[in-house]
Amino acid sequence: MSAPFEKLPTWVEVGVIPLVNVVVAFLVAGLVVLFIGENPLEAVKILIWGALGFGEGVGFTLFYTTNFIFTGLAVAVAFHAGLFNIGGEGQAYLGGLGVAVAALALDRYVPWWVTLPVATVLAALFGAAWALIPAYLQAKRGSHIVITTIMFNFIASSLMVWLLVDHLSPVGSMQPETRTFEAGGTLPELGGLFHLFGADMGAAPANISIFVALAACVFVYYFIWRTKIGYEIRATGLNPTAAVYAGISTVKITIVTMLVSGGLAGLMALNPVMGDQQRLQIDFVQGAGFVGIAVALMGRAHPVGVVLAAFLFGMLYQGGAELAFDMPTISRDMIVVIQALVILFAGALEHMFRPGIGRAFALMSTSQRERVVAEEERS
Amino acid sequence: MDLTTIVLILDSSVRLATPLLLACLAGLYSERSGIFDIGLEGKMLAGAFFAAAAAYWTGSAWLGLLAAIAASIVLALVHGFASITQRGNQIVSGVAINFLAAGMTALLGQAWFSQGGRTPQLGGDARFGAITLPGAEALRDVPVVGEIYYELISGHNLIVYVAFLMVPLTWWVLFRTRFGLRLRAVGQNPAAVDTAGVSVPFLRYRAVIICGILTGIAGAYLAIAQSAGFIVNMSAGKGYIALAALIFAKWRPWPAMGACFLFGFLDAVSIRLQGANVPVIGEVPVQFMQALPYILTVILLAGFIGRAVPPKAGGIPYVKER
Repeated sequence: MSAPFEKLPTWVEVGVIPLVNVVVAFLVAGLVVLFIGENPLEAVKILIWGALGFGEGVGFTLFYTTNFIFTGLAVAVAFHAGLFNIGGEGQAYLGGLGVAVAALALDRYVPWWVTLPVATVLAALFGAAWALIPAYLQAKRGSHIVITTIMFNFIASSLMVWLLVDHLSPVGSMQPETRTFEAGGTLPELGGLFHLFGADMGAAPANISIFVALAACVFVYYFIWRTKIGYEIRATGLNPTAAVYAGISTVKITIVTMLVSGGLAGLMALNPVMGDQQRLQIDFVQGAGFVGIAVALMGRAHPVGVVLAAFLFGMLYQGGAELAFDMPTISRDMIVVIQALVILFAGALEHMFRPGIGRAFALMSTSQRERVVAEEERS
Repeated sequence: MDLTTIVLILDSSVRLATPLLLACLAGLYSERSGIFDIGLEGKMLAGAFFAAAAAYWTGSAWLGLLAAIAASIVLALVHGFASITQRGNQIVSGVAINFLAAGMTALLGQAWFSQGGRTPQLGGDARFGAITLPGAEALRDVPVVGEIYYELISGHNLIVYVAFLMVPLTWWVLFRTRFGLRLRAVGQNPAAVDTAGVSVPFLRYRAVIICGILTGIAGAYLAIAQSAGFIVNMSAGKGYIALAALIFAKWRPWPAMGACFLFGFLDAVSIRLQGANVPVIGEVPVQFMQALPYILTVILLAGFIGRAVPPKAGGIPYVKER
């Protein structure tokens, strides 16, 4: 079979094409705003001001960014093995259970810096455990991981509602949530850091889990590009048949990749549960697991790209809230639309502009070559 | 448990199974042609919103239904364009469609009606009302048969009957027509269909459009037949349950009906069981009953109850040999 697409230089492949895709996604989002009868440029202005214009806005932006780095990395790691982990939502939910177990057990006895590592380990373990079953079923029994992870999202949601309503809520409370953690179960906020720069973070919940997120980025970089298993993961993702010939066990790769992916998704819970609410609540994930898909696609599954894309989506979430306040006709659901468009254009339609860009590039390089030839003839 | 209770539970099972069945058959056409469709949920949701909006503006349930089908077909064509023409990842495209529908319906709902994303309440001709089948009133007092006929079979709205009639129709189309044969073939071996001189993209586009029509009807059922208006995220995972039912039915129409009815029944029972004590087991958590379709599907997928083998060419874009 002939290759469907011609090969382009790397910088066009990883730079120009994704950029064009994302820009088109945002242009279409602008059209949607126009359709509703608002001025898109005005909307962008409000959005950027709301996300970055003042200390509290930046604090909220960073808070959301932290969530999306974790879930984006989770999806990205799975992408490298050719797996589509759509279950970040459920894995993050279970991760919250791990965080709550650690915090509820330790918060009265030890300071936060003892609780944090324990909570980190438990969050990752719980998230990984929730990804293990779909991984095992895909690797050993051939059930499609996309379908099983979707099913596991729903099962996780039912399980957590049951746990929170019937078992984890304090006696006499009607609220489906755990008791509020004491000081030993709360993460320090970034307010002090903001003061160094002379800014006031206000009520924004940004906290030190953002450093855990950045550490996770470094870990993912080393794991994927600097370890043997990372090499095997990439080999499997690029060509599973060749990987098997090279003696790589796809069963092992699938399971290890999904464990890491689920663990990263589980870590996301540190931020809202220990950092913001200081208790485990129903539905604290709030779609971050799904935003991770857009973030990973936009960031081309590279940690640096993920951080940038997560920051952009963090801006969209915080700026979108301000936008909904200033332009009541545009509700916060605009973010979901933008997310959908990014997934559509950067994911499903990623090859749409390739022929055009390829032709433009060919034209550019031939005209360049002609110029060089012409100059050589002159001299 | 007496007969009346059983009939009432079965009756609500039918109502709850209807949108699942329509979406499940929709997925059946699409996936049999080799196009995986995770976007059933989104198309259903978009259908529901546009059905309610159009029915509210025009006062006609029929125009609502048409708007639902149109909206759903548009999304189906986006999916088709991405996965057939552009050879993109079908899963990613389906996910995008779900988000697009979730975001757009809430956004437009807020912009147009300013009621937090919902549409105004509908009534009268803007909804599909219950249909009393001939003889139902007369037979009502006959024991057993009359009760079953009056409560269970008669008294549903038009879309319910359409949904259940779609089952034999789908079976006939898929297994007794030339179109159906080619549709199944293109999901198994598109190269063979191509060699026979039949256009793979055109066949797949038609399958995707049929999928759009059916999910549109399913959405219209949610908004203007079962309820009286659209509320945000009113499909609430039904598209995914339909997907689960499709796997459960192993991509066949009659078992699809059985699976959808089973999942509708589980839903009806879970509503009824809320807080009730079941002998031997004790109080069954509602959440467990709600999660049961998903758990069953996972167990089925794991191959513990039969084997669910999807169409061979499903999810793989077809690249013509050159």
